[in-house]
Amino acid sequence: MVGLITFLILIPLAGAVVLYIGRPHSARVVALIFDAVAFFYALMLWQRFDPGSGGLQIVERHDWIPSLGAQYLVGVDGLSLLLVLLTSIVFPFAFSAQRLDRGACALMLVMQAALYGTFTAQNFVLFFLFYEMSLVPAFLLIKIYGGENRDYAAVKFFVYTFLGSVAMLLAFLGIYFSKGTFDFTDLSRLGKTGLIPGNLRWLVFGGIFLGLAVKVPLFPFHTWLPDAYQTAPTGVSMVLTGALSKMGVYGFIRLLVPLFPNEIKIAKPWLLTLVVCSIVLAPLAAWAQRDLKRMVAYLSINHLGYCLLGLFTLGAASSSSALIDKHAALSGVFLQIFNHGITAAALFYFVGLLEERRGMRGLEDFGGLMQRTPLLCAWMSVAMFSSLGLPGLNGFIGEFLIFKGSFAVAATVTSIAVLGLLFTAVTFMRAMQSLFSGPLAESCATFSDLRRGEKFVVVPVTLLMFAIGLNPQFIFNTFNATVVQMARLLA
Amino acid sequence: MIAWTIYLTFGGALAVLILPRFLARWIALGTALVGFGLGATTFFCDDIDFARFMTVVRVPWVPALGMNFHLAFDGISLVLVLVTGIAAISAVLFSWDVVDRAKEFFFWLLLVVGGCYGVFLSADLFLFFLFYELVIIPKYFLIAIFGSTNKEYGAMKLTLYSFFGGALVFLGILAIYVSADSLDLTQLARFSFPAQLQTWVFPVLFLGFAVLAGIWPLHTWAPTGHVAAPTAGSMLLAGIVMKLGAYAALRFAIGLLPLGFAMWRNWIALFAVIGIIYAAAVALRQRDLKFVIGYSSVSHMGFVLLGFASATALGLTGSVLQMFSHGVIGALLFAVAGRMIYRRTHTRELDALARMNLSKALPFAAFTFVVAAAASMGIPGFSGFAAEITILIGTWKSFPLAVWITGIGMVLVAAFTLRALKRTFFDHESESAATPIHLDPITVPEKIGAVVLMLATLAVGLYPKVLIDRIQPAIESMRIFQ
Repeated sequence: MVGLITFLILIPLAGAVVLYIGRPHSARVVALIFDAVAFFYALMLWQRFDPGSGGLQIVERHDWIPSLGAQYLVGVDGLSLLLVLLTSIVFPFAFSAQRLDRGACALMLVMQAALYGTFTAQNFVLFFLFYEMSLVPAFLLIKIYGGENRDYAAVKFFVYTFLGSVAMLLAFLGIYFSKGTFDFTDLSRLGKTGLIPGNLRWLVFGGIFLGLAVKVPLFPFHTWLPDAYQTAPTGVSMVLTGALSKMGVYGFIRLLVPLFPNEIKIAKPWLLTLVVCSIVLAPLAAWAQRDLKRMVAYLSINHLGYCLLGLFTLGAASSSSALIDKHAALSGVFLQIFNHGITAAALFYFVGLLEERRGMRGLEDFGGLMQRTPLLCAWMSVAMFSSLGLPGLNGFIGEFLIFKGSFAVAATVTSIAVLGLLFTAVTFMRAMQSLFSGPLAESCATFSDLRRGEKFVVVPVTLLMFAIGLNPQFIFNTFNATVVQMARLLA
Repeated sequence: MIAWTIYLTFGGALAVLILPRFLARWIALGTALVGFGLGATTFFCDDIDFARFMTVVRVPWVPALGMNFHLAFDGISLVLVLVTGIAAISAVLFSWDVVDRAKEFFFWLLLVVGGCYGVFLSADLFLFFLFYELVIIPKYFLIAIFGSTNKEYGAMKLTLYSFFGGALVFLGILAIYVSADSLDLTQLARFSFPAQLQTWVFPVLFLGFAVLAGIWPLHTWAPTGHVAAPTAGSMLLAGIVMKLGAYAALRFAIGLLPLGFAMWRNWIALFAVIGIIYAAAVALRQRDLKFVIGYSSVSHMGFVLLGFASATALGLTGSVLQMFSHGVIGALLFAVAGRMIYRRTHTRELDALARMNLSKALPFAAFTFVVAAAASMGIPGFSGFAAEITILIGTWKSFPLAVWITGIGMVLVAAFTLRALKRTFFDHESESAATPIHLDPITVPEKIGAVVLMLATLAVGLYPKVLIDRIQPAIESMRIFQ
């Protein structure tokens, strides 16, 4: 019996096989068709999901490697569902950004399947399998289809993430030998009492932390990111930032925080320092960039930093602190994950549009676009405002909740982190000024405004941003029960 | 009903964007008129208790986090809604001849107006912040697209200052939200915040708001922004947007954190007095007419802050009166300088204007400017006098020294205003003084816009009671007086 989730994982894989064997004329159309089916299945999953219960739902359990006690165990709770939905949105979005050839489309589809798997797997062996499965296509996509400097970027990306993965694997083996289980639910129950005695626990904690921190990425493990995002083709950058970077955050929520509550409390000052560095320094670095894609890449680090800020303050909160703050922080983190996926992908999409028209993407290569392409500028501004956290758009509500939750626990750190908002705003305003206003640059005089196909992509995404910003309730409803349950678990 | 000012203005903004271009200015005018009408109807309604913060709409928004779509008003909000309506009408009239990208222009203009209505009426911190930040964006585009003289620099500076203020406000709101666990203003008004929290949240919040109100030394965005903005933009900027900061400081910082206010008000007084004197002195040295007016705005807003610092009912009433008064006068001054003069002469240099013999060429502009200058200097009979005298009397008890210094400052205000007036209109340096140069006559919409503003300042100057009756009960019911 093949369940809904397994089906969801298999659809993109089937698409990849079809692309490989069938050699269709237009690879992108085939990929989009398979994505449409996957999207439909994701919606079905959402519809079948009962938002009132916080636990795992729609679980499939089969024996897999009995000798290890590893099962094929997939299921969704509010968080997993949110990420599955995000993945289903970001991939079609990425496919419509750019004409990719057959191989690239197939690799993207494999990556999509791996992401579905990662977000629904409920034990470590399966999780790790999918986690690694996403790495290879990402590497190949950068290496083969990237722009200049792609070899360096691809190798750097691979080495960083692979080292992180190895550290994580070793750490999990340590846990397995001590506790004899890979199941996330069991492990998080055991986490309270300490998984591993003695100083070995720090080694294990460090291993998992490193693996996830590289993936997110968290300062100072972020240096692979600007190179990789910059050189990857637009569609791949969108997926990397929109969906793949969420694996790291997801891992933090699912693994590190529930498994090591005591360790996080002890390591709190260090963790928060790193997070604040991410939040404050990344937009400063973005400010200094001349390349638009690199600028957006650095801002990604900042936005995911907010997620980790919420998460670490939550993990470090004493059990006496108010439950409502924990709910706020966790809801904020979930929302921020989703919002960043949409918004960052949209930003890369727009940078891609500019690059496609101009052939370059330096800040100085454009000017006065508002006169030539008012629609493009208007919609791109919406994405930028969403990213800088303007109230009324999706970015704000998540950040507001995270700050609310973290302020109650660590007021000083939060106050410093607010600087990140300011620097992001400065960065975007500077970019807007040099791209959109001023005299029309000669090289931009022949630009075409948004074409019909592009409008077709931009409008729904922008509407989604407004919908979440103005009425976040409908997203809350999907994960509220999960938030309540997780907060109770952490208390 | 007053909630419809917000909906209608945003609806009007959308309508401008969608409907054909020749309709744009008419829709904008209609929207502004209806907005003013709605505000005025409520304002002159007899059976309203102005002391109470009356809820108009209250709909749950994100119930899990205690966010409500909550609009409410009292006498203070009503006064500011009224001045927003007046300034909006005249701003539209003074942009009647905007042809280039007119749809966009009126769209941004109405967004600013709608956002301001929203700020003055919202009774939920989250909603308030949404509107407050929303105003920044259209402001930026109005200046960056339609401005003049160094517009990109001016727009950017203004936006960055606004965002900086916004970040401080954000922090303050967070602190309030976390400690009181509510965003609702009526609930927060009953909550007593711990003294230790108030000592640091108050300055953060107040400073964040005061940036927008043009407090010295964070005022420098104001002159450059005003100068760079298109006429309607600077009218709204000086007329209403600076009031957003002052209103929010009064409603949220002072209203919610009385202990913090008591602790810091000496500093507010100090900065206010420095601001009044300093800006007036700087204005005296400016060569650009719009810079003179820009600095005069900073000086006038200093009075508002001084009234706050007095912590007496009279002083605070005077502050709100001054917000209204300067909203009208500032708009009028910018209208004359930006539209009536600059559009026709293409220069704002006082030295160049002095050679043009403008009082002959543009008699109506000269008349308007004389009225505006008189109101701005605080000649009795105009709203400026009523407001400033109320503030000074209110401040006398707490800071006599500040009143003395400010009194001297008012001489400076008179000096720079008279200087600007004389240089612009009544200097006859030109050889050909007998034959005035030909300039386009003042158009009808400009005349109507100017008359609206002049009537407003005159009416309030002669009969300030109509405003004070509504402001004072609201002020007296504030927590600092109980």
